[in-house]
Amino acid sequence: MTVDSVTIALVGSGGAGAMTAGQMLLDAAANVGWYGLMSRSTGPQIRGGEAAALVRLSPTPVHGPGDRFDIIIAFDWQNVERFAAELPLSEKSVIITDPSQGEVPAVLAASGAKQVELPIKELAGRIPGGRVNMVGLGAVAAIVGLPRAGIDAVIQKALGKKGDAAIQASNAGIDAGSKEAAGWNLGLELAAPNKEGATRWNISGNEAAGLGALKGGVKFCAAYPITPATEILEWLAPNLAKTGGKLVQAEDELASIAMCLGASFSGVPSITATAGPGLSLMTECIGLGVASETPVVIVDVQRGGPSTGIPTKSEQSDLNIAVYGLHGDAPHLVVGPTSIGDCLFTTQWAVHLAEALQTPAIVLSDQAMGQSRAIVDKPADAPHKANRLLATDLGGEGKYKRYADTESGVSPAAIPGMPGGEHTADGLEHAENALPSSQASDHQKQLDKRLRKLTSHDYGDAWADIEGEGEIAVVTWGSATGPSREAVRRLEAAGTKARLVAIRLISPVQPAKLAAALDGVSKVLVVEQTHGAQFHKFLRGHYDLPGKVSVFSRPGPLPIRAREVHETLLSLI
Amino acid sequence: MDTHLTDDVVGPLPGDYKSDVKPIWCPGCGDYSVLAGITRAMANMGLERHDTVVVSGIGCSSRIPAYTSVYGYHTVHGRSLAVASGVKLARPELNVLIFGGDGDGFSIGGNHFLHACRRNVDMTYIVMDNQVYGMTKGQASPTTEADWCESKLTPEGPGVNPIQPVALALACGANFVARGFSNNPNEVARLIVEGVKHPGFSVIHILSPCVTFRPEQRGWKSTVHPYGREPTDDPNEAMRAVLEDDGFGLGIFLAGNRRPFQPGSTATHSIAQIEEGFAV
Ligand SMILES: Cc1ncc(C[n+]2csc(CCOP(=O)(O)OP(=O)(O)O)c2C)c(N)n1
Ligand code: SF4
Repeated sequence: MTVDSVTIALVGSGGAGAMTAGQMLLDAAANVGWYGLMSRSTGPQIRGGEAAALVRLSPTPVHGPGDRFDIIIAFDWQNVERFAAELPLSEKSVIITDPSQGEVPAVLAASGAKQVELPIKELAGRIPGGRVNMVGLGAVAAIVGLPRAGIDAVIQKALGKKGDAAIQASNAGIDAGSKEAAGWNLGLELAAPNKEGATRWNISGNEAAGLGALKGGVKFCAAYPITPATEILEWLAPNLAKTGGKLVQAEDELASIAMCLGASFSGVPSITATAGPGLSLMTECIGLGVASETPVVIVDVQRGGPSTGIPTKSEQSDLNIAVYGLHGDAPHLVVGPTSIGDCLFTTQWAVHLAEALQTPAIVLSDQAMGQSRAIVDKPADAPHKANRLLATDLGGEGKYKRYADTESGVSPAAIPGMPGGEHTADGLEHAENALPSSQASDHQKQLDKRLRKLTSHDYGDAWADIEGEGEIAVVTWGSATGPSREAVRRLEAAGTKARLVAIRLISPVQPAKLAAALDGVSKVLVVEQTHGAQFHKFLRGHYDLPGKVSVFSRPGPLPIRAREVHETLLSLI
Repeated sequence: MDTHLTDDVVGPLPGDYKSDVKPIWCPGCGDYSVLAGITRAMANMGLERHDTVVVSGIGCSSRIPAYTSVYGYHTVHGRSLAVASGVKLARPELNVLIFGGDGDGFSIGGNHFLHACRRNVDMTYIVMDNQVYGMTKGQASPTTEADWCESKLTPEGPGVNPIQPVALALACGANFVARGFSNNPNEVARLIVEGVKHPGFSVIHILSPCVTFRPEQRGWKSTVHPYGREPTDDPNEAMRAVLEDDGFGLGIFLAGNRRPFQPGSTATHSIAQIEEGFAV
């Protein structure tokens, strides 16, 4: 018998190589044609300390974490209590443990999970240069039925440079682990992979966001590191250079966003990436982008807040600051990717929208998407590119109106280098000719125009991901989409029709479109990862939701699981 | 080092760089003469208006972009140097000048000043120092004397030592540091021309009286004096001279030879090639 999905935690304190083994497992699964997702759970330590690679594999695309772990393999149990709550188990789960590392911690043993002993340390010790993580990898590979060829390719790629001895040691470790596990018959063999179909990618959400920026036409990035956004910047640094762009490390987030505005003012599409505390620092300058109509994209990879909160774990609680955090009436774009792969599309779209509408766009990613790696079908090419409306008729000396009150609200831009377009872009309220003005009529006119350009734009179908039909609907966003999608599909598989509406365009709101998407719905479940139900309140503030509305809202760091959403849906029927 | 500044050469005139917007400044404000110096400098160099960008923060002095006829960006309080760095790094071919006050530059924007000096992007920063916050009606700035008791916010005086902008710039690694006095627009213009021509980040500290909140600054006319030495390219020597000076010496302290920061970028890959790296 085979299973459709298997969820594995590789646990060990720093140095045990749990992350490396998890990464290799995912890569090997990808090689043989499975889909997968790997997220990480680490403590606040810089190096070492507790760490777990959380891997889910399946023959079909994986949308979110599994309901519970089928396999936990621990290289040691150090500090595992600190994140035991993130490792849900049941009697059906299997705990693989090394007797030399002591008893299975009570919090895990209490689940009633089956325990299997594997002398990991001893087996590794017998191999010159042997490592525990390779023994573990071998055991897991045997349990799930991962063909050896898939692992060989990974070892070759990862260790090729280190020479034959390293490769041999790894192979010996894997062999030792798989030999022991071969006879266990745990019933966790994964259904055969389906290698047909599209090219697959192995990508993290943060890398996907970086790639989306490149594909959108970004040529400038100013950066200040912050977990969990740093990988976007690290990915962009070499890749922007390869495409003729530039990344500059700024002194802080105030400088990052300000530099981006300067580059953008000069006509070069720009991006920066940050997390909650950095977004707070940037808000004044984002307002400047709104007022001066300077496009810029800010990717906020959300983490647990407030303040410095839980930097290594996920949450969706920057929604309020992203939408409402600017001072004054400052309409701007807020979009949220709905999956790891979608970080590409949504960031690319954000670059396009920001440039087309000459305004800042905030992309709300989060740690769960940003720092997780998935095997996905190669995302389809999207047409969205930076394409700023440039002024062609500058009207002669002193006649150019930078902030002309056009019908669409978008004013043709002049950028440095264009003779006759000289003007001063301003954060102060201004008249159409860009000169500062404190007159009520100019303020009203410019406020109207800045709002109109956003509300009158046709965002097409990309505003949301919509699936299914029926009278019950889940409305969600961001990384809560994956588990919600899975829950809706389970409901459908059991015969109850349901809809999923995952809103990608958070702001400006699309009341007519959501009304159409929810036409005929009598029950709505809002799913989000916040304590204060920010998304629910946001929806309530801007939309008429039909029928009975319920909320599943929980803060981080525990990820939302499909089972929880499914159970909530069942309780509503 | 003398720059030829006469009106009889054929070419653009200072007036060509002025907009027709009337400044909001108080009559007698030192910033009028700085503006005159700026437009003279631009005319002297014959800068193409469309290739020139002036960036400012917020404050009386930061209003200057609207009064010029080149491209401008009037940003938020304290961030002008960062915005300007973005302009110049993204488009190195543009001439970039930054205008602002002592509060904008050394208080709220202090961190950016420090890093602009050490980063050394090729642009010119003109700080109009009136040792007060003019625009918010007369509070102490980072360059105000510790015992200045005229502000309602600090009726006993700020009680902390003022910073010395020129020494700060030198300590942070600025590549060109000079001081001028607004009363002499030709000299201001000369310093700006030298600063713009000098590769790297140039700081031009200009004493510019606020006649409204610090009327006694009119007396600077008799306080200022030539600093009296030739410019050096040695930051240590410049620092020694600055520390000996009383803060009113005018001239070029340092014309250093650090290489400007300008990350290069020629495309070597297509995006399709980069994408290939993700394929399983
Ligand atoms: C974030 C922020 N804080 C405070 C202000 C208010 N503010 C405007 S100008 C200014 C001080 C300006 O002083 P200075 O830079 O010395 O310029 P001056 O007006 O003297 O030329 C202040 C505090 C602001 N605009 N933004
Ligand atoms: S308040 Fe002072 S600095 Fe501002 S315009 Fe008046 S004199 Fe000039």
